[in-house]
Amino acid sequence: MGDYIKIVKNGLWANNQALVALLGLCPLLAVTNNIVNAIGLGLATTFVLVASNVTVSIFRNHISKEVRIPIFVLLIASFVTIVELLMQSYFYDLYLILGIFVPLIVTNCAILGRAEAYASKNTWDKSALDGLMMGIGFSLVLILLGGMRELIGSGTLFDQSSLILGSFGDTLSITVFENYQGTLLAILPPGAFIGLGLIVALKNLLDLKAAKTSESIPLDGSIKTIALNNS
Amino acid sequence: MISNPILKAGALLLIFTAISIFFVALTQDTTKEKIKYNEDQLLIKRLAELVSGYDNKILEDKFSKEIELHGLQQKIGIYPAKQQGKTFAYLIEHTYPNGYNGGIRLLTGFDVKRQLLGVRVITHKETPGLGDKIETRKADWIKQFSGLSLSNPHQNNWKVKRDGGVFDSFTGATITPRAIVSAAYQVLVYFTEHEIN
Repeated sequence: MGDYIKIVKNGLWANNQALVALLGLCPLLAVTNNIVNAIGLGLATTFVLVASNVTVSIFRNHISKEVRIPIFVLLIASFVTIVELLMQSYFYDLYLILGIFVPLIVTNCAILGRAEAYASKNTWDKSALDGLMMGIGFSLVLILLGGMRELIGSGTLFDQSSLILGSFGDTLSITVFENYQGTLLAILPPGAFIGLGLIVALKNLLDLKAAKTSESIPLDGSIKTIALNNS
Repeated sequence: MISNPILKAGALLLIFTAISIFFVALTQDTTKEKIKYNEDQLLIKRLAELVSGYDNKILEDKFSKEIELHGLQQKIGIYPAKQQGKTFAYLIEHTYPNGYNGGIRLLTGFDVKRQLLGVRVITHKETPGLGDKIETRKADWIKQFSGLSLSNPHQNNWKVKRDGGVFDSFTGATITPRAIVSAAYQVLVYFTEHEIN
């Protein structure tokens, strides 16, 4: 049981692919100008992560070391193509917006990274959970960053949710500031970098605080150096 | 079992490639029709925003033409809208190359008297939050072209206000509206001077 809890913790927080490993920045920065795009790409990435992790772990004993990377890439690329086709047939409106970013999931190092670092050494159930948690962790960062940029950039939240949720989505859309002129910086790529930087800083700050409270302060008052990147 | 490690690796790659291709091909085959349907629906929706009352199968009656438009040799798509076999309007799918950030694909409709039914953007790469007000879901700006022609407004006034014309441009973006105005104008000029068929 402890193993599984550790996987969840690693995926969501301690080894978050976007905040700690800083992997997958290309799609992360490109699509987070609103929440709906972030959710769409997050779901697609999570699906590919779980599928590739499960497949790799099932065949892990048959894939020889020399050709493992080409096989991983082949599997990931196939899953991404399948996701793209499914999106094109069932979420066509969303595909029109995210379309050019979906193939970029192949280049998301987080997926190859998990296949190589985790799935190729562990059983399929743990790998599936690892893929799911890494995917959710990544998606949460996408959504948080998307929300920040949408709120500051255009003054709305969940705009165009109907692209994912159908007509129900229209009721979700909130205009937070009426007659908001918009802040262009937040929508353009620099806003993505600044936003991501702030989120990483916030996470490190929280980790630092947590480490300080859990460690008893030494009697002589000397402060220990705390490692932030616990992989 | 194969003992040569190179052959073994090759066989392994072959097997995985075959499996992957099988699943991708299977998905492609099952989604093919649905995707085509989605694409057609989108186009019909865009066309219907500009023209109504046609009774022909407008997608099937489409024809293409290689012409020089907007200073660019391009293949344009022409959708004729017909009523009882008689064409009363044309919708032109064309590319204007000089947007703020590359080409803008447009659908421009006009009736047989060369009066504009309207202009719609199909795809563009204009700045989000500024130039994208040419989309109908962001603003109504692009709807103003409906009913205009080469004599209304006067030819000299087919410009944005900043250039001495009659069209508003929106805050923070001049190049994008300028591009749309000039694209619509040039389409009208071209098809006044040239036969459409």
